[in-house]
Amino acid sequence: MTRRFDAFPYLLLLPAALLTLTIVAWPLFETFRLSFTNASLRPTEEYVGFANYVEIFEDDFWEVIQRTFVWMSLSVVFKMIMGVIGAVLLNAALPGRTLFRVLIMPPWIVPVAIGVFMWSWMYNGQFGMISGVAQKIGLLSGPFEFLAYKQSAFIATVVTDVWVGTPLVSLYLLAAMQSIPKEQYEAAWVDGASRFYRFRRITLPLLAPAIFTMGLLSAIWTFNSFDIIWILTEGGPRGATTTMIIDTYKTAISRFRFGEGSARAVMILICMTAFAAVNLALMARRGRKTGAGK
Amino acid sequence: MIDKYKWWEKVGIYFAVACFLIFVLAPFAEALMVSLRPIEAVFRAPYRFFTPDMTFQAYIDMWTNVPGLPRYIANSFFISCAVTLLALACIIPAAYSVSRFDYMCRDTILMAFLAVNMIGAAVLIVPLYKIMLLLGLLNTYWAMIIPGAAFTVPTGIFLMRSYFLRIPKELEEAAYVDGASRLYTLWRVILPVAAPGIMVVSITVFITAYAQQFLFALTFNSVDAYHPLPMGLYQFFGREQVVYNELMAASLVGILPVLILYVFLQKYIVAGLTAGAVKE
Repeated sequence: MTRRFDAFPYLLLLPAALLTLTIVAWPLFETFRLSFTNASLRPTEEYVGFANYVEIFEDDFWEVIQRTFVWMSLSVVFKMIMGVIGAVLLNAALPGRTLFRVLIMPPWIVPVAIGVFMWSWMYNGQFGMISGVAQKIGLLSGPFEFLAYKQSAFIATVVTDVWVGTPLVSLYLLAAMQSIPKEQYEAAWVDGASRFYRFRRITLPLLAPAIFTMGLLSAIWTFNSFDIIWILTEGGPRGATTTMIIDTYKTAISRFRFGEGSARAVMILICMTAFAAVNLALMARRGRKTGAGK
Repeated sequence: MIDKYKWWEKVGIYFAVACFLIFVLAPFAEALMVSLRPIEAVFRAPYRFFTPDMTFQAYIDMWTNVPGLPRYIANSFFISCAVTLLALACIIPAAYSVSRFDYMCRDTILMAFLAVNMIGAAVLIVPLYKIMLLLGLLNTYWAMIIPGAAFTVPTGIFLMRSYFLRIPKELEEAAYVDGASRLYTLWRVILPVAAPGIMVVSITVFITAYAQQFLFALTFNSVDAYHPLPMGLYQFFGREQVVYNELMAASLVGILPVLILYVFLQKYIVAGLTAGAVKE
């Protein structure tokens, strides 16, 4: 007996498909197409071949790519470190952990932009908290405008990005940590293993896949991070915090060079595809391992 | 007994927790302090956490100096609610489809949604801008609602799917035996059972939409009356002389509703954010 074609499941997919096709798939295609044109606010556009790509690489684009990867790596590594520390602390069976869990989340709950307003004041060199406290304990000898110098602005944007991402990573790793079977710890404990030893030999190895998955996801999100840098520095000072996303936005939206902006966006998509491929391959492998009985 | 800590371990852990919380909460604490100072005290060196002349004046003045504030707060909520409704209308049927039916290309479609999840809105900003221009949606609420929803749908489908998968198939089969149509079954039998899952998905979508309104508002909207909170305050932020005490007061008042909501709903929020960490 052959199964009759059943339209019902496809119909259920329709609203989601329509929305994603118009807002994601079509723009994706358009980005590629526009990257070969000289589109701008003018009503007409012409195909210009690879001219946009030639132009961006004559610019300092390699530097932008490099900077983006350094920015992202720094941010992701610190998010993971903070996340593991946060998860370990949240996992400690001590009074007050519920309160701790409630207090850790606000950076993730409030609008990113609002959190960044607060950070921008923190970084104020004359009157801000960081500069003020650093002067008080003797780390700085005078006012220091964190967002005015290339290196410190770069670090400052990373710190704020880590701040926004830490709660989520902590809670995600905590959930993964709590799914590690208790017996393992008990067995090690009976054998007299210290707490630190148990962390190093049981928790970390069993947590590694979750750290890796989260790291990859986090890398993708960080790569796409826009609000934080835009509000803190708009890519400055002198381009020091101009990541690929900021660079694309400035070209395309601030200067209305849609064609060239699209070419820059395509370069981001190429980088993202690499991440996505790794991620999907990993998920497929895990799916084969655990989904056998599904 | 395994959970017994020595006294120095306890001290160490609480110390570490304190340091961690200082990092997480310092900006909020500083914002609160700044909002409680008169403007002359805000711009005064050397830095002091407490100043003697604390006052609530900024909380009174901000309503006249930032006249749109109530509007921005309401807009933020309205946009997030609309995003949530639109996203749910897409997520629930799609998630039901991929979790209950077996058909051609199903896994490919799922993978495609997953891939969408990896593209940020900022990358597609040029064509999105052109689409909004073409559809005449620039400077309307829709320009912030539609893209906002589209980018939350993929995650939502995966989250919702994990709840649908837990509902036993026998439930539907019983309904079919009784002669119920499939749509009726989804509406009257499955949805009530999946209510906790729907709750988690709604809240997750809402929080995501609420946190990420800045880009769409910055790019697609220039009508002040439609601005969500982050964009509304950003205009004041960009000025030559930022009135920081009022800006911080407005920020804190603006995020207060969502913080209160969070305290009550944190169980669901955490469930939504951490799904996937534990193997289904």
